[in-house]
Amino acid sequence: MFAVYQWLLPQLNDNINSFFNDWLPMSVVDECMVWVICALGLNVVVGYAGLLDLGFVAFWAIGGYVAGWLFSGFAFGVSWSFFGSAPKGAPGIHVNFWLVLIVAGFICAIAGILIGAPTLRLKSDYLALVTLGFGEIIPQFFRNGDDIFGHNFTNGTRGITPTDQISGPGFKLGPFDLQAQFLVMCVLVSLVVFVSLRLRVGRLGRAWLAIREDELAASMMGVPLMRTKLAAYAVGAVAGGLGGVAFAAHINAVIPDRFDFSISITLLAMVVLGGMGNVWGVMLGALILAWINAQGLKQIGTTFNSTFGTNINFPSYNYGLFGLILVLMMLFRREGFIPEARTKLLMREPERGQLVALGADLEDPQEVSA
Amino acid sequence: MSTAAVQTSDPTGPGPDAVLYAESISVVFGGLVAVNDVSFTIPKGAIVSLIGPNGAGKTTFFNVLTGLYKPTTGLVHFEGRDVTGLAPHKIAQLGMSRTFQNIRLFGLMTAEENVMVAMHSHMKAGIAGTVLHLPGQRREEHEARQAADDLLEFVGIGHVRGEYARNLSYGDQRRLEVARALGLKPRVLLLDEPTAGMNPNESAQFVSFVHRVRDEKDVSILLIEHDMSVVMRLSERITVLDRGEKIAEGGPDEIKNDQRVIEAYLGKSGAEASGA
Repeated sequence: MFAVYQWLLPQLNDNINSFFNDWLPMSVVDECMVWVICALGLNVVVGYAGLLDLGFVAFWAIGGYVAGWLFSGFAFGVSWSFFGSAPKGAPGIHVNFWLVLIVAGFICAIAGILIGAPTLRLKSDYLALVTLGFGEIIPQFFRNGDDIFGHNFTNGTRGITPTDQISGPGFKLGPFDLQAQFLVMCVLVSLVVFVSLRLRVGRLGRAWLAIREDELAASMMGVPLMRTKLAAYAVGAVAGGLGGVAFAAHINAVIPDRFDFSISITLLAMVVLGGMGNVWGVMLGALILAWINAQGLKQIGTTFNSTFGTNINFPSYNYGLFGLILVLMMLFRREGFIPEARTKLLMREPERGQLVALGADLEDPQEVSA
Repeated sequence: MSTAAVQTSDPTGPGPDAVLYAESISVVFGGLVAVNDVSFTIPKGAIVSLIGPNGAGKTTFFNVLTGLYKPTTGLVHFEGRDVTGLAPHKIAQLGMSRTFQNIRLFGLMTAEENVMVAMHSHMKAGIAGTVLHLPGQRREEHEARQAADDLLEFVGIGHVRGEYARNLSYGDQRRLEVARALGLKPRVLLLDEPTAGMNPNESAQFVSFVHRVRDEKDVSILLIEHDMSVVMRLSERITVLDRGEKIAEGGPDEIKNDQRVIEAYLGKSGAEASGA
């Protein structure tokens, strides 16, 4: 991907170049990667532990504002730099991008635990409603945080802009180094994928799965429900925070209007569409939906309009299309694009007990495999 | 047989060998007294049973022991420790483990994983250890898998360790429930109607199986059971509940001949008709 954009495209003729620019510009690719990071975080909460979370945007926002505070010229009239990319003496706190990621991850984990502690006592629908509330409260706080006892914490609706640039030993990316940003995104996505896969097969992953399957039985087998659920929340929130910082660096700003409820829903749609619990499925779901959202629909519309001489504003039908996709998926492929093996079983095959009840004469599994 | 005779064979106090001792437990739901002032002891290494007609309060009492309900009054002592009102997972971690009347396995997890979930509290790996595959975590994971496989062999379903629990046959699911409960390394194992749905042949096998569990895994066992042949062959002591009250306690022979027990099961006139 990187190679194609960095070296191959400039060599090719203008036609191909403009095709890529229209259909798959680098900035959109980068944005899709941010969605992947956040969707994978939500996947830990929803897919692994089975906790329905409708307010995941809160963590994206918190990550964003941590970047706004530590990674721009905004903060509190001080001038302080910590391996930052800004020139010496510039106002604001300028911490190195990679350190900001760590701090944001840490703060989001704590936020996840603080939000989770009261809400995770609830189950299913009630949990969903309360998380929905938190998903509204936190962005609202940031939106109105420009005058808290006379202090300006968040710069209100104007947001915080510009943020610093991503830098590291020996390099410093400008806001338009989109190809290089893509590499940074790749590093983050790989990290989140790696952590997701490793956790899944370990002690904690088993406990999450057990809670998803049967909470009561899990607690009777010595799994501490609260702690295990909080761990899922915290891990998911860290990914949300990383996504928030990456997004801030990508669009070079933190704007409160970007953190609305629809983000949470879109993220959930990505998880469900891709295949709950399956990292690769969720990744695919996120890439597809994010692309449709950011570029695909607009481009399809442009092509359609110019071909048929119509004048339809396709992006305005965005959510209609989402709804349609979701309905079709539920009808024809409920388990998602790349389902987790377990979920597929649940959705497609009746339970053995049900078959036996209907009079099926089943061989034992061991005889089949023997 | 008189009640007095029953009383003498029943040490109501927490003898020195009691691993679990429930002291005058009462559970009241609204106006309904589900369990009324029941005391109960499980001696170390014993197999004891709790029987009674449907609705007698057996399962409620069970749920008090495992921490699912908090008793309205009364105390539960487990290995000399007051565990009344502790969260279920804490009580489980202390070594009290159970199976469920209607099987509650983790259906979409393999047999092996089911048992490994129960080992959760004996394992220590944290997030960092799991993500980085630190040597300690790898060793622990390996040992847990080994122990889980051994337990599955022990209950006789080692060959299906990789199958999803929901796809196992009914008998194998029952066995898996026991294996999972043993994964906790319990001191006390509570079996809630384990032979429900088994034919007489399977039940007979189950009796010797429970003896093997007790002898080889060093646990005390409490059984709720409706199949009287199983209860009589297994139990060293039987406690009978009726309408929330303890009406008799003693060895199988005493209970078989106890007038009040026969009345509770057959009704008063039925008991007279049977000539007891």
